[in-house]
Order: sequence, then C-alpha cells, then structure tokens
Amino acid sequence: MSIYDSWSAVMMAVIAGFILIGTALMATRLLAPFARERAKGVSYECGMLPIGRNWAQVHVRYYLIAILFLLFDVETVFLFPWVVQMRVYDYWVFYEVLTFVGVLGLGLAYAWRRGVLEWK
Amino acid sequence: MHGAGPNLAFWVLAALTLVSAGGVMVSRNLLHAVLFLIVSFLGVAGFFILLSAPFLGMAQIIIYVGAIAVLVLFAILLTPRAGRDNGETRWAAPGVLLSIALMAVLLFVITDTKWTTAKDAPEITAADLGQALLSTWVLPFEIASVLLTAALIGSIMLVRSPEEEAEDALQ
Repeated sequence: MSIYDSWSAVMMAVIAGFILIGTALMATRLLAPFARERAKGVSYECGMLPIGRNWAQVHVRYYLIAILFLLFDVETVFLFPWVVQMRVYDYWVFYEVLTFVGVLGLGLAYAWRRGVLEWK
Repeated sequence: MHGAGPNLAFWVLAALTLVSAGGVMVSRNLLHAVLFLIVSFLGVAGFFILLSAPFLGMAQIIIYVGAIAVLVLFAILLTPRAGRDNGETRWAAPGVLLSIALMAVLLFVITDTKWTTAKDAPEITAADLGQALLSTWVLPFEIASVLLTAALIGSIMLVRSPEEEAEDALQ
C-alpha cells in the first residue's frame, strides 16, 4: 500500500499547507516595512473621514442566498454516494436521482420567479 | 485503525478541536469566534475520518464548515447589535450552570457505558451508502428533496417585504 492510499497523504498536505502559509506570514512580518499610524485603521484611508461605525448591517435578503447555498450543498452530499458508483446502478436509479434533483429544481424555479436571485 | 499514526492524529485533532472551541468562547469579536468555530468543525471532521467514516467526515466539511459557517456569519452580519462585539455577558451565569449540568449528564453516561472494542468494524464507504440510499431507503431519499424545497419556500415566504405581502394578499 503506497502512502497515497492512506490518510497520511492528507495529513502531510495539511502540515505542508500550514508551513507554507505560516512562512509566508512570517516573511512579510520580518521583511516588509511597517508604519504604525492610526489612520491605517480607517475604512477608507485616502478619502473622506467615514461617518458612523465600520459595522454595516446586511439586508435580510442576503440571508436567502445563504440558505439557497445551504440547500444545494446538502443536495451535493446526497448526490455524492450515487456519483461514485454511477455506472454500476440500473438505469431506473438515474430517474430516482432525477426526481430528487427535479423537486429541488422546482424550488429553485420558484425562488427565481420570486426574484430572490435578483440584485435589488 | 491501529499504530502510532492514528494515536498521534487523535491527540493533534483533540488539541485542535478543544483549543479552537475555547477560542470561540474567549474571542471578543464575534466574527473571530465563527472562524474558530470553523476550525473546531474541521477537527470533528478529522475525528470522523479517524473513526473510519470518511463519508461522514466529508459531509461534515461540506455542510458544517461550508454551509453552516456561512449561515452563522450571515446571521451575525444581519444582527445590528453584533457590531458591539461579545461584550455583554448577561447570560454568563446561566450558561455556566447549563454547561455544568450537561457535563454531569455526559460524565454519567461515559462512566455508565461498558466500552468494548469492536473487532474489525466494517468501513462504510460512500458507495455502500449509495447502494442503501437508492434501493432500500429511496423513499426517504426523495422525501429529503421535498423537505429541502419546503425549507426553501418557507424561508422565501418569511423574508417577504411588506410590498410583496400586499401583492400576495390581492391575489
């Protein structure tokens, strides 16, 4: 069994990723010049002084986009066990999955008609 | 799984999960708390993989790290008072009480359970799950899509603006 068959490869990729990003952050900290100015914390450094706090409340409409994302994410998880063995199944299993996707597609069509996906 | 590798992975994941869970509690900025929560979810996904349930680990990453974290982030951004950080801790005392009670229950269950080691537990792959899902459990599989669509339509109805509500009343 080679190392690529086991999770050791994943572990090594994770460690390598941490080292890569860690060294990049360390290098900028060590090599780049830094000027400590209070104005650097301002939202728009080179423009007018911003009014109010840096906290902009998001409209509730955007939450729907997040929920749409969540639903189709869950759909992916349901489709995954079918996809890894797609060719093994009988042909009618395809229609089972098509029904599953179709019902969710109806939901998406409804959301589309209600203008959820529009940028207002 | 046996040997030094899984043992090491267990302790690394345990440290990662617990430290980041602590970070969720300690960090003052709510957005930082969510980022710590994501790391904690990743640690739990690692535990699933360590327990020979790779599909569950993947689902944990896709749903919790991907989607639930985004939902929590949006919920924080939608809350007007969230900008004032985690400063108000009026609920600290009830929270401590609740967590002590929960810990007592968990400790009771842990000490009460007879822990036996399963000999060659089967590794359930995504392919096995697919077989079961599309033959025996095909009806719940289809109902799941109806449930998801119902959740979608319900959330659309909840965030209607007053104008849209008036339009619906006319129809």
